[in-house]
Amino acid sequence: MVKMYRIKEKKVLAEKTILIRIIAPEIAKKARAGNFAILRIDEKGERIPLTIVDYDKDTITFIFLVVGKTTNDLSKLNEGDSILDVVGPLGNAIDVEKYGKVVFVGGGLGIAAIYPQLKALKKLNKIISIIGARTKELLFLVDEIKENSNETIICTDDGSLGRKGFVTEALKDLIENEKIDRVIAIGPPIMMKAVSDVTRDKKIKTIASINTIMVDGIGMCGSCRVRVNNEIKFACVDGPEFDAHEIDWDEFLKRNSRYKEEEHECMMAKNNGK
Amino acid sequence: MENKEQKQKEMSPGERIKGFNEVSLGYTREQAVKEARRCLQCKVPLCERGCPAGISIKNFIKHIADEDFDSALRVILEKNSLPGVCGRVCPAEDNCKRMCVSNPKININLLERFVADNSKKIIAESKKDKGKIAVIGSGPAGLSCSSDLALMGYDLVLFEALHTAGGVLSYGIPEFRLPKNIVNNEVEYVRNLGVEIKLNSVVGKTFDLREISKEYDAVFISTGAGLPYFLGIDGENLNNVYSANEFLSRNNLMKSYKFPEYKTPLKRSRKTVVIGGGNVAIDAARTARRLGSEVVVVYRRSKDEMPARTQEVNHAEQEGIEFNLLANPLSIIGKDDVEGIECIRMELGEPDDSGRRRPFPVKGSEFIIDCRQVIVAIGQGPNPLIQKTINLNTGKKGNITINERYETSINNVYAGGDITSGSSTVINAIRDGKSAAKQIDETLKKRRR
Repeated sequence: MVKMYRIKEKKVLAEKTILIRIIAPEIAKKARAGNFAILRIDEKGERIPLTIVDYDKDTITFIFLVVGKTTNDLSKLNEGDSILDVVGPLGNAIDVEKYGKVVFVGGGLGIAAIYPQLKALKKLNKIISIIGARTKELLFLVDEIKENSNETIICTDDGSLGRKGFVTEALKDLIENEKIDRVIAIGPPIMMKAVSDVTRDKKIKTIASINTIMVDGIGMCGSCRVRVNNEIKFACVDGPEFDAHEIDWDEFLKRNSRYKEEEHECMMAKNNGK
Repeated sequence: MENKEQKQKEMSPGERIKGFNEVSLGYTREQAVKEARRCLQCKVPLCERGCPAGISIKNFIKHIADEDFDSALRVILEKNSLPGVCGRVCPAEDNCKRMCVSNPKININLLERFVADNSKKIIAESKKDKGKIAVIGSGPAGLSCSSDLALMGYDLVLFEALHTAGGVLSYGIPEFRLPKNIVNNEVEYVRNLGVEIKLNSVVGKTFDLREISKEYDAVFISTGAGLPYFLGIDGENLNNVYSANEFLSRNNLMKSYKFPEYKTPLKRSRKTVVIGGGNVAIDAARTARRLGSEVVVVYRRSKDEMPARTQEVNHAEQEGIEFNLLANPLSIIGKDDVEGIECIRMELGEPDDSGRRRPFPVKGSEFIIDCRQVIVAIGQGPNPLIQKTINLNTGKKGNITINERYETSINNVYAGGDITSGSSTVINAIRDGKSAAKQIDETLKKRRR
C-alpha cells in the first residue's frame, strides 16, 4: 500500500508562482511557522525542500516558483493529483516571543516564507513588512501580508507598484527613522546578504532563512552545510534560520549554485523527450 | 571426499566499472551443494558461536548438502530475517567463518546468500495479541527487532524517516555490493510478517517520542549512525567536497548515477580523492570509479590497519583504484571548486587505545594530489535528531546510553544498533535488534502476569 499526498487546491498566484495545498494531516498537526517539508513527486524525482506557508487541521500549503525541472513537474500537477512523498515538518520553528518592532523583508518567493512568520509574531509585536519583486505582476499575497502587518511597504524594481527600487533601500530609510528591534529577511541569497549589510552597523538583530540544496533534510548528508560564526551548521536541522550577520554569505552563494549545469542538462533531456 | 573450496564467480573488473551491477555473483546450485558437503558437521559447531545472530549454521548447511534449500532457508529465518543482506555484507571472515575448523574454511556467508536467493520465504502466521510496539528506524537493527517481535506475536509499527525502508542498506551500501531488489525483498518479508512500515515519518519531527512511548507498550530506537563527520580543514566547503553519506545517498537512495532519468544530480569529476579507510570509504571510491573518475584513496595509516573488509579493498584495487597510504589531508585547495588536496606523509608509532599503531606526521613531507572532487569518509556519528527533542541519557559522542537490557533512561524505551554503539557492522546491528526484542518480550511477559 503506497500512501500518497493528494493536492486539494492549486492556484496560480503570479507568473510562475504557484500555490498548492496538500492533504497531510500528520504533518499539519505538528507544523509551525518556520518549518519546511521535503517533497518527492514520483519514483524518479529528487527531494526538494519547500517552506510550509500555511497549515490547518488536515492540509499544508506550499508556494513555489517554477525555476527548474522539479518545480516545473510540480507545476503540471492539478487538484486531485498526488505527490508520492512529503515529509515534515522539518527544520526549527521560529521562536514566538515579544521583540518589539519587527521588520519582515520578503523578496520574490520569500514573500511566501515571511507570511506564516509574521502571522505568528503579530500578536506580540508591531510588524512592518517590506515586500518586493521585479514588477507588479510578480507580487502575490499582498492583501494577506497587509492584513497581518501594522505597516506594509511594497517595492518594485520598475516602480510599477509602490516604491521604485530594491527592498534594501526601503529598509535603509526605515532604520534611519525608526528604532527597529529585529529584522527577518527571506528571499534570494543576494538580497539577504544585502539586508544583513544594511543592518550590520546599527547592530539590529537580523535573521535570515536560507534555502539550501538538500538531500535527506534530517541531518544525514551535510549537503546543506553553511558556515555560521565560523562553525559548520546543517541548515536542515540547525536552521533554516540563522543570524544573518554570522552567515558566510560568499561561501553560501557559491555552494548554492553548484548544480546549475546539471539542472540545465535535466531540462534539456526533458525537452528532447528523454 | 573432495575438499576444494568453491569460489564464487565475479564480474571482471573491466566489465564491472562500466555500471552498478553486482560484482560477486554467488554460488551456483552445484557449487553450493559441494561447499555444503565439505562441512564437517562438528559435534560442537564453533561457527555458531561466531554468529552474532545465532543462526543454526550446522543445521542449515546440512539441509543444503541434502539439497533441501527451503528447509535451509527456514532454519536461517528462525534467527535472521535478512539472509540475502547478510550473505552479502556480513564480514563472515571475522565472525562465523573465522571460527570454522575446516581447512580451507567453509564460505558460510556464500551459502547463506545462495539459500536466500534460491528459495522461497514462507511467512509464518502469528497472532498479534501480545502488545503494541514501535520501532524507530528501519535499518538492520530495526528490521530484525521488528521481525523477531512480530514472530513472537506482537503488533509492530516501524517508523522510517526516509521514503524508502532499509536505512543504511538503502542509502549507504551501493547497488554493486548489495542490490536494492535484495533489500526490498527482505523488507517486504518483514512487512509480510505483519509489521506496518510508516515511511516519511520522522520521530522527533512528525511524531513525538514522548507521545509514542505512551501509546505503545514499548519503543525500540534504532536510528543509526547517520551524522557525517567532517575533517575541519580549510577548503572543506568548496564545491565538489562531499561527505560520503551525501555522495552515497545521491547514488544509492536517489539513483543519481541514472541522471537525468532520475532527477537528482551528481557532478562527474575526472579525478576524485576519497579520505578514509573504512567500508564506507571503499564504497564511495568504487562508486566514483563507476561514474568515470580516476580515484585515489587517502588513508593515514597502512593497509594493515584499514577497517574495510579485505575483499572490498581487493575489489577496489582490481578496479584500478589507487591507495595513497600513510597520508593525512591538511587542506583542500581551490577557489570555488576543488582543484587539489594537500596532504602530509605519516609514520606509524606505538599502538593507541584501539590497538592500532598511531600515525604521526613526518615534518616537511607535504605534497599535493591534483583532483576535482573530494569525498570525506572518516566516519559517522549517531543521529542526533531524537536526542535533541527529549531528555535522554547520551554518551560522549551523542550515542544513546543503554544498560545490559538495552533499556534507555526513559521507561519502556529501548535502543540498539549504531545509535548506541557509534558505527559498527550490519550483523552487530542485527544482533542488537534481536537481543532487544528478547528483552522487550521478557519485560512485557512479566507485566502480563
